[in-house]
Amino acid sequence: MSLKGRDIISIRDLKKDEVELILDSAEKMESYARGEKVLKLMEGKILGTLFFEPSTRTRLSFTAAMQRLGGQVMGFSGTSVTSIAKGENLTDTIRTVERYCDIIVIRHPLEGSARLAAEVSSKPVINAGDGANQHPTQTLLDLYTIKKVKGRIKGLNIALLGDLKYARTMRSLACALAMFDADLTLISPRGLEMTSDILSEIENNYGKKPFQTNDIDAGLRKADVIYICRIQKERFEDKYEAEKMQKAFRITPEVLSQCKDEVAILHPLPKVTEIDPRVDEMKCAKYFDQTFYGVPVRMALLALISGVM
Amino acid sequence: MKEELKVKKIKDGTVIDHIKAGLGKKVLDILGIGDGFSNTTALLMNVPSEKIGRKDIVKIENKTLKKEEVDKIALIAPNATWNVIKDFKVVRKSRIEIPDMLEGILKCPNPKCITNSNEPIKPNFIIEEKEPVRLRCNYCERLFDLKDVL
Repeated sequence: MSLKGRDIISIRDLKKDEVELILDSAEKMESYARGEKVLKLMEGKILGTLFFEPSTRTRLSFTAAMQRLGGQVMGFSGTSVTSIAKGENLTDTIRTVERYCDIIVIRHPLEGSARLAAEVSSKPVINAGDGANQHPTQTLLDLYTIKKVKGRIKGLNIALLGDLKYARTMRSLACALAMFDADLTLISPRGLEMTSDILSEIENNYGKKPFQTNDIDAGLRKADVIYICRIQKERFEDKYEAEKMQKAFRITPEVLSQCKDEVAILHPLPKVTEIDPRVDEMKCAKYFDQTFYGVPVRMALLALISGVM
Repeated sequence: MKEELKVKKIKDGTVIDHIKAGLGKKVLDILGIGDGFSNTTALLMNVPSEKIGRKDIVKIENKTLKKEEVDKIALIAPNATWNVIKDFKVVRKSRIEIPDMLEGILKCPNPKCITNSNEPIKPNFIIEEKEPVRLRCNYCERLFDLKDVL
């Protein structure tokens, strides 16, 4: 099995054994990702990072990953200093950039933009988020984090908490976790439940029926992992209702006292108010480790796609 | 006594038969047949049918269907038949079947889909379910019911 030359656009494009290959390869990259050893696998190669939208973790961890592999990075963040500000379309931008680099990473507000970039480009393209659609490397690093923190994914009770209707992270992760035979608990405010198309995908492809609830206490009691994401105020017409929901679906030390002792909390970050700052100091808080794991996972992906691993 | 159709045969053109009763008008809409279309066209509605009870039939003179038109008709009238007429004879008869993929004939209803921007691309859909039809946009990956895209 090889991922050489492959585009990574959607988690739907990856088979289970390909995901396993990426996760196993990430393990081999960890000491290099920490800077304990030096690698020159990608020496002479250039990664183009095209961020049409702001990003902290994704862009910087791709940059760190490429530099830890011995390669170089060029690109932009925001479009004001590029020809896009003059009205250039994405197709022409990709046709230009592919001539300057060996792999392209793209984040763009329009859904399907990364798929288009991959069709246009002769160089491999990695989707770093296309609007509300997909962010496959986030899903891969989430899987890797769970594997690292818990030693396995299969059979774990994993609670996804928050806006399950709109958050792309949750939708992709739910499918990937079902692929790895985890038991899913879906906890959301009323009206922000996981949509039926994703539930059908989970059931039809993996034979899994997640437990769904609007009650945070009932949902979290059996959880081995709690994956929480932000509930945006804009999702509610009534501001009072929005604040009420944000409070009700918040992780605090008091909420965690009802959970398993060894529970792990993950979050794609940035977090705002959905996790009490006191939780940051608790041993269950794994979200900053999670951001580190983005580096070895992206190193593995870059190396596999380039065919140097 | 055998019931006679009240519309005469066409010399050259297309006959779409076995359309479920009530959907013939939609077939015309899909083909863009309306004001400004000059070919002779007949829509027969509620014609008795041994196979499906009642059916609609569309006859269009001097028009051959393109593949994308047939694919589009298939979405609303699966199991209809498509006859090519030359010199009053049926020279080709085939069943219209729902394709696995649709390219360039439907617009993605998601305003945030890249296919609705200024990029030089044609939208395409994968037919994930055929009864009832559900389609996934190959770009934005959203799943739609048929009514959302027609």
